[in-house]
Amino acid sequence: MTRPRPTSLTTRPRVLAVAVAAAVLTTVAVTYTVRAAHEAPPTVTTSEFALDKGQLYFRSTQAGAGRVARLPLGGRGPRTTGGPTCERFHAAGGTGLCLLRRPGIPPKAYAVVLDGKLREKRRIALPGIPNRARVSASGRILSWTMFTTGDSYSGGGGSFSTRTSILDTRTGYLIKNMEEIPLTLDGRRHHSPDVNYWGVTFAPDDNRFYATVSTRGKTYLVRGDLRKWAATALRENVECPSLSPDNTRLAFKKRVRGGTSDPWRLYVLDLRTMRERPLAEHHSVDDQAAWLDDDTLAYALPGREGRKQDVWTVPADGSGRPELRIPGGSSPAAVR
Amino acid sequence: MYLATTDAVATATDGRRSRGRVTGPVLALGAVSLVTDISSEMVTAVLPLYFVLGLGLSPLAFGFLDGLYNGVTAFVRLLGGYAADRGGRHKLVAGSGYLLSALSRLGLLLAGGATAGIGAAIAADRLGKGVRTAPRDALISLHSPPDQLGRAFGVHRAMDTTGALLGPLAAFALLWVTADAYDAVFMVSFCCGLFGVLLLVAFVPGREEPPPARRRARGPSAPRLALALLRHAAFRRVCGAAALLGAATVGDAFLYLLLQRRLDFAESWFPLLPLGTAAVYLLLAVPAGRLADRFGRRGPFLAGHAALLVAYALLLLPTGGRPLLVGVVLALGVFYAATDGVLMALVAPFVPPDQRASGMAVVQTGQALSRLVAAAGFGAAWTLWGIGTALTCAALALTAAIAGAAALLPRAAEPHGTLRRRTT
Repeated sequence: MTRPRPTSLTTRPRVLAVAVAAAVLTTVAVTYTVRAAHEAPPTVTTSEFALDKGQLYFRSTQAGAGRVARLPLGGRGPRTTGGPTCERFHAAGGTGLCLLRRPGIPPKAYAVVLDGKLREKRRIALPGIPNRARVSASGRILSWTMFTTGDSYSGGGGSFSTRTSILDTRTGYLIKNMEEIPLTLDGRRHHSPDVNYWGVTFAPDDNRFYATVSTRGKTYLVRGDLRKWAATALRENVECPSLSPDNTRLAFKKRVRGGTSDPWRLYVLDLRTMRERPLAEHHSVDDQAAWLDDDTLAYALPGREGRKQDVWTVPADGSGRPELRIPGGSSPAAVR
Repeated sequence: MYLATTDAVATATDGRRSRGRVTGPVLALGAVSLVTDISSEMVTAVLPLYFVLGLGLSPLAFGFLDGLYNGVTAFVRLLGGYAADRGGRHKLVAGSGYLLSALSRLGLLLAGGATAGIGAAIAADRLGKGVRTAPRDALISLHSPPDQLGRAFGVHRAMDTTGALLGPLAAFALLWVTADAYDAVFMVSFCCGLFGVLLLVAFVPGREEPPPARRRARGPSAPRLALALLRHAAFRRVCGAAALLGAATVGDAFLYLLLQRRLDFAESWFPLLPLGTAAVYLLLAVPAGRLADRFGRRGPFLAGHAALLVAYALLLLPTGGRPLLVGVVLALGVFYAATDGVLMALVAPFVPPDQRASGMAVVQTGQALSRLVAAAGFGAAWTLWGIGTALTCAALALTAAIAGAAALLPRAAEPHGTLRRRTT
């Protein structure tokens, strides 16, 4: 050990220097935070418009940021802002589903069921981060996915999981976490603690559904039956399926590259031939695509020109080219 | 250069014992860790939110990015330890690690939505964490009297954990105030991290100038240094015991998951479990360190693992309700309090001061790798045989590991002076 030296002479300037630095850093941090707080959009639960047919609903990240907005489905009419605040939104058959988050300690998240006038009907408190939302064509069955993660001080770094819920709005029956559904994989009943489901999409009969399941590092397309409460894995490497209005095809994202740079491409799978076809979108799409009609898909991409996210459309048959439909938007949902 | 003339190390070397407090450098390092942990846990707490809500990415993308660098840090740690020992540059190497992590927050800000940029920022953060850990622990041990190592590490770990608890709170409060402005969290985290670096630069003593001849004489390559260290029987035995016990340590995430399945409590309580464990750890870190100093360090280290065994047993037995919840959280907290800092205090006397950082890196890396293997093994056992059998196997393995470690761990700590004389 060293000999102690009298350091009182050098201690004071050091304390002073650190205090000055602390003051500067605090000022920077506070200024930045105050500015961010001023720019914060307000949260609103009411809506200035209803769920009307022939409209394309989406979450706006520009005018009325964080709130649901809409555009006429055919043609490029004006956009109407002023819907409820949602992180993720979907609507069909006179029912809306709004996933929202309320920051706080601890933060809270909710799935809010909305009626045809976009008024709140039911609110379900959920842990986690809103991720995917779907309403069946009839508006009766709802599903959403929340993403939960362990904090690093728990030592569980990298451990994440999804919780997918299914709600029958007519009976009010809620399955909070569907991961206990009996799953058949490669012809056998599959048991594993790491089973995770996300991205459910419903058939018009309000019974059959498709979803993603991940287990042991792989993802699969599963077909499920609500009444029988059973699920079967059909195909590997399918995420976030979305069933076409005519019930014949599934749009999905397929992992085409390992790693984190541009991992996914949009594909459409024909359910009769089980043949898949890549779409004309060459960017990596990380979204559950929405069918605007039987020929067109809409999805969100990271925004251009400083926008957070944009909604693009692309023909569902692999032809044509992607088109920018909604600058500054996400969560597209066509109400037909 | 020490902060104050009435430094505990100084008085200790004078033959007087100051029982009341730890040395200035240890307190300074604790403060650096506290501030740094606030900074890093802020980001850790909001990254998933930022990914999924801010950027619209999927859980899988996040899980992938997050898990990517865990294996790398183990080796970076060895490098950090080695670099610190060469010429006694502990402060420089640890400081670079802290600085790199602080700068990674700016990287997150600048990356915008680009996953490649975010991946690079996360990698820089992990790199910084890997590099700084061993030099920092070496500094703590080098600035504490040998008979008060347990308390020094206890104080450091308690301060460190305080930061880890405050970080998420600060982050969620910021998101609350700014209505989810993630960039504000990154900015504040950067300021906080930079302040931690400044604290280190200003208040942690730097290198004691070694005679130039001695500095040049010291310089075996990294692998040779590690091998040379492992040639010391006592050090080898501590390493072996730590790795053996690590291989029977099921990750907390699994235990919390089991707890949740057994109790079926509201899921919104789930994030509070690690918080509870951290609180117990925080409260018991110093008492455990003091016990270790007074009655020998192998006792608390083994007892801590026995507490982990209690947690396994509670989950296996038909206990339920509140006793199970409180019991498991308490047992996990005791486990961390009695093992994490105590292991560093346990190993320090068996490593010569000029190889301290490398020695600590070797022990930490061995333990981390064996825990990685244990987690993978437990996951596989769960899948193959079901949870009951898997947990029974884990409990049996841990019992065997404790018995093995009890046989392996050297009984009386050699004063490092004798070892130094023998090796240099």
